[in-house]
Amino acid sequence: MEVRFKIFRFAPESDKEAYFMSYTVAAKPEERILDCLNRIKWEQDGTLGYRMSCAHGVCGSDGMRINGVCALACQKLVKDYTGSEEITLEPLPFFEVRKDLIVDMDDFLARIDSMRPYLIRDEAPPEKEWLQSPEEHKKTEEVIRCILCACCTGACPVMRENPDYVGPAALVWAYRYLYDTRDGRSMSRLEKLNEPNSVWPCVNYFECTRVCPKNIPVTKSINFMKREIKKQLPGKGQ
Amino acid sequence: MVFKHDVLIVGAGLAGLRAATEVAGKADVALFSKVYPTRSHSGAAQGGIAAALENEEPDCWEWHMYDTVKGGDYLSDQDVAEILAKDAIRAVYELEHMGVPFNRTPEGKIAQRFFGGHTRNFGEAPVKRICYAADRSGRVMMDTLYFDAVKKGIKIYAEFHVLDLVIRNGQVAGLVAYELATGEVHFFHGRAVLIATGGYGKIYKVTSNAFASTGDGVALSYRRGFPLEDMEFVQFHPTGIWGLGVLITEAARGEGGILRNGEGERFMERYAPTIKDLAPRDMVSRAIYTEIQEGRGINGQDYVYLDLTHLGEKKLAERLSDISSFVKIYLGLNPATDPIPIHPTCHYMMGGIAVNADGNVTDVNNNPVPGLYAAGECSCISLHGANRLGCNSLLDLVVFGRRAGLHIMENLNRLFWVEPPATPERDTVDRIKQIEENRSGERPVSIRQSLQEVMMADCSVFRHEQGLKKAFEAVRELEQRARNISIDNLGNRFNTDLIDALELQNMLLLAEAVVASALNRTESRGAHSREDFPDRDDKNWLKHTLVQRTDSDLSITGKPVTITRFQPKPRAY
Repeated sequence: MEVRFKIFRFAPESDKEAYFMSYTVAAKPEERILDCLNRIKWEQDGTLGYRMSCAHGVCGSDGMRINGVCALACQKLVKDYTGSEEITLEPLPFFEVRKDLIVDMDDFLARIDSMRPYLIRDEAPPEKEWLQSPEEHKKTEEVIRCILCACCTGACPVMRENPDYVGPAALVWAYRYLYDTRDGRSMSRLEKLNEPNSVWPCVNYFECTRVCPKNIPVTKSINFMKREIKKQLPGKGQ
Repeated sequence: MVFKHDVLIVGAGLAGLRAATEVAGKADVALFSKVYPTRSHSGAAQGGIAAALENEEPDCWEWHMYDTVKGGDYLSDQDVAEILAKDAIRAVYELEHMGVPFNRTPEGKIAQRFFGGHTRNFGEAPVKRICYAADRSGRVMMDTLYFDAVKKGIKIYAEFHVLDLVIRNGQVAGLVAYELATGEVHFFHGRAVLIATGGYGKIYKVTSNAFASTGDGVALSYRRGFPLEDMEFVQFHPTGIWGLGVLITEAARGEGGILRNGEGERFMERYAPTIKDLAPRDMVSRAIYTEIQEGRGINGQDYVYLDLTHLGEKKLAERLSDISSFVKIYLGLNPATDPIPIHPTCHYMMGGIAVNADGNVTDVNNNPVPGLYAAGECSCISLHGANRLGCNSLLDLVVFGRRAGLHIMENLNRLFWVEPPATPERDTVDRIKQIEENRSGERPVSIRQSLQEVMMADCSVFRHEQGLKKAFEAVRELEQRARNISIDNLGNRFNTDLIDALELQNMLLLAEAVVASALNRTESRGAHSREDFPDRDDKNWLKHTLVQRTDSDLSITGKPVTITRFQPKPRAY
């Protein structure tokens, strides 16, 4: 079948403003949107810019907006858009465009870094492993699926109103270490999460949860941390 | 502008990251990655990491070493296999202490599971040796090491594609890299270079590998005249999703999954009576090809079933959730109720840049090259021999990545700053210019697809002289066509069109080395299975292959195998 695409184009050094280009490719219903993008770039227009690598939803490179919804181009199939006259591809919203569908990710990663995404523990490690029960391990079972694709942060309506909000992905990483029972900094992590642009700007739009390609319950995790702050830091929280 | 760092590490997957974190704080180290950080292909590893922790049942490093050597069909250098099996235990505890979220036993220890070729008491029965984090073990390990590298303040040049090594008087002077964001070509002055750029599975049509797996680092070293080792040994993983090649982890069989042919038969019972579906990957892939060739594919087609329907929803959710989601997304099937159509997929390259046990690159006479190192899949440290065991790869990366880092530090005092030539980036600039100035040639895509088809048809699981000769001629012809390549994009910003063309040059070079090495080895061993020479021939072929580029051609020589504890025996499971 023939599939029509409308793709966002912008080269900051030469274009005054962004525009859309249309392309038509032959594709099977079970092919990935990424397969179509590749065909466009390889066979029709080598100037098209986008990132991709593993092509099966593990590396997190090809997060973009597909018909208005943030997703990985390698996890969406042509048949998922049956009924659409054309498929519109745009870069992740709120991210600075560097070329076409390629956005600046440095700021996104810096926000995750600000959550200290690593174990901090004062005691020297034991000779073997730190012990952790399966139930304790289960607390982080869902959030460790994060692949840093930024779909959640791109989809979050709060980001549009408050660009200083740390964003859902950074909070997923905060959760991952807050509830890792091997970590020794839960109180200072909670203090950090209680800062004005951390958990509190989230007002439960659930867009992050809806778009997460790894099905992480992002909003639920943020709410869980809000409750934890109220419980652990009496008189604090909102 | 000239950039300067003591140690330049190319590739930010697990091997590069582990080497970098070893060097950080002791010397000035920089990491280069052609992809954005955290996109490296180590993250796609699913199953886990092998170590004889004995958390679930008796085990010991000697059994692990034996399995590695036997899995490699006795082509592994046994001193290297011994280092791996012994250091595995320390390496896994180190990862756990850094925060890797391993699954747990009821007592709170790291949980362990079965995997292909890992056995107790020298082949008696499968053993639980694999430490894992569901089926996303590589991803969580890589993210843990990445954030450790960031915490340590390691300089990361993201989206910098390294295109040349600068060597002067036999010693490393630095490297040349292309900056994707600007199109600029820079020289980086350094005292040591470690190549850790992964494999090149993209030379095959059906592969579990990422688009980025084009062997750039291997080609980098090969172009500069250093030999590649054991290039004929290409691993096909038995369970790729049919038609797509996306990996379904061997852990699916480790957790009890069964392969069935068109008659519903558990055919691995015939090929490996003792450990059945948990036989090493080369044997299982051959078995699947044989079943299909003999008409026992599903409905006569070119696939068989991986049956996980008896594992139950709970086990699938807790231990195999990523692959369950792949099957749902790409096939619309539910692994709890539907068998999964699978076909072998190119997965791992046993061959690569020849290095010694410290990760130091060696020349054709086996002498170390001062300042040049390689680790991980791009290297051939002769650990995996003719066939790698599952879960020995993540282990290889952290054990030998660290070891290369240690050796660089031990030798840094002796590695002085070599004065680079006047314009070290000139060759690279010319290479780019040649592609950009050609306005009427062929696009890279048709040549790349032809290459992938040729390699799949004539140099995959089963090989024979006639096909290999045909493949060799075809690759040579494609190389000729590639000289006249042209691209659409002449821009300077994120010009991935140009990158595709440069990568294709690397892929062609490596494919030629693979086919030439495969043609040369007239026996069957591990993943190299010659239909015209079906038996292993220790008398003539218990040796490594070295392939080196000469002015106009390539030359093939050999290198002895190090045998310490285990004398070669017939390999049955």
